Amino acid sequence: MSNREAKTYTEQTTWMLAVRDARDKTAFAALFDHYAPRIKGLLMRKGCGHGQADEIVQDVMLTIWRKAAMFDPERAQVSAWIYQIARNRHIDVIRKENRPIPEELGEAPDAEPDATQILGMEQESLHLREALSRLKPAQREMIEAAYLGEMSHRELSEKTGLPLGTIKSRIRLGLEKLRHELKGIRQE
Amino acid sequence: MTPITHHIPDPLLAAYAAGSLPRPFALVIAAHVSMCEDCRASLSAHEHIGGAVLEDMTTAPVEADVKAALMAMLDMAEPIEEPPVAKRSGVYPGPVMEALKGRAPKWKKLGMGVKQCILDAGEAGSVRLLHIPPGQAVPDHTHGGLELTLVLQGSFSDETGHFGVGDVEVADQELEHTPVADEGAACICLAATDAPLKFRAFVPRLLQPIFRI
Repeated sequence: MSNREAKTYTEQTTWMLAVRDARDKTAFAALFDHYAPRIKGLLMRKGCGHGQADEIVQDVMLTIWRKAAMFDPERAQVSAWIYQIARNRHIDVIRKENRPIPEELGEAPDAEPDATQILGMEQESLHLREALSRLKPAQREMIEAAYLGEMSHRELSEKTGLPLGTIKSRIRLGLEKLRHELKGIRQE
Repeated sequence: MTPITHHIPDPLLAAYAAGSLPRPFALVIAAHVSMCEDCRASLSAHEHIGGAVLEDMTTAPVEADVKAALMAMLDMAEPIEEPPVAKRSGVYPGPVMEALKGRAPKWKKLGMGVKQCILDAGEAGSVRLLHIPPGQAVPDHTHGGLELTLVLQGSFSDETGHFGVGDVEVADQELEHTPVADEGAACICLAATDAPLKFRAFVPRLLQPIFRI
């Protein structure tokens, strides 16, 4: 990967990779400054009080540090990865239940990162965000309500479709690549 | 193994991604995603919308000592490298093994060779494993609302089609169906329903000639 390509990663991806690969605390502090207030905003919207939200934020950020090796930018954007960690932690704390989660595909491969795939993921995520920003305010609010867990699956069934096709094919590509690499690791 | 043809519909994946799906259904989704690359990619796509919502979230300031305490913890924090979910065992994917607490299912006879093992039952619904001998019908049951059935072994067919390993049947109260296990291996399914009370009628009705084969 050339420096020119590396520079085009988003700040968030760059921080997260520095945390994953170099256990970089300055990068982690930057991730905290960016995401902690957003995670807290999300938790308070879900009904948490200040104290409880702060506690969950701390747990989520600590999990990000501890699970960093599992972060794979070829399959997921930092924000999507953190979103699911925050959701799982919120369910653990609020519902006092163990959330069923899918099997992991295996440990993250340490193969050379594929900059093209990572940049492709970032581009698709950007397209998705742009598509969301073009929605009418009422639709936009509905998306927020849906992904903050304020709508039942029945209510979601009546929701209009989202342009998921392109990001899905990007994610598939990342999955296929990972599976291919895991196969290589297992054969060694 | 034949490819999976019956997948999880998007509204259910979105509800799972958002954490709003009751636990019995969440278990079926997690089990199916463990078996299906298509739905793994779709679920991740939904989580990317969640990520976009998180990026644009109205921020709420976190107390300063939270960050300081966290930074002080980092050196002591053990990395999490092992996937925390139980491993797949036989036909049971990781999330099902997790619900079984790592042990083989304890089957309870329902009659006519049909067995069940309840994994979770509560206000939000129930989820169970069903073991149906070849050629046998799935016991007649009423479900007031949503019912998800994931095939783990063998296959079954009903008025709507054929369901093999990894396939999910999504049924609502409007669907009158009589699933029958196909010939071959016994059919093992993971079935979730949001009508826990109606399922009580299940046992007494077994005494009636309800197996419409």
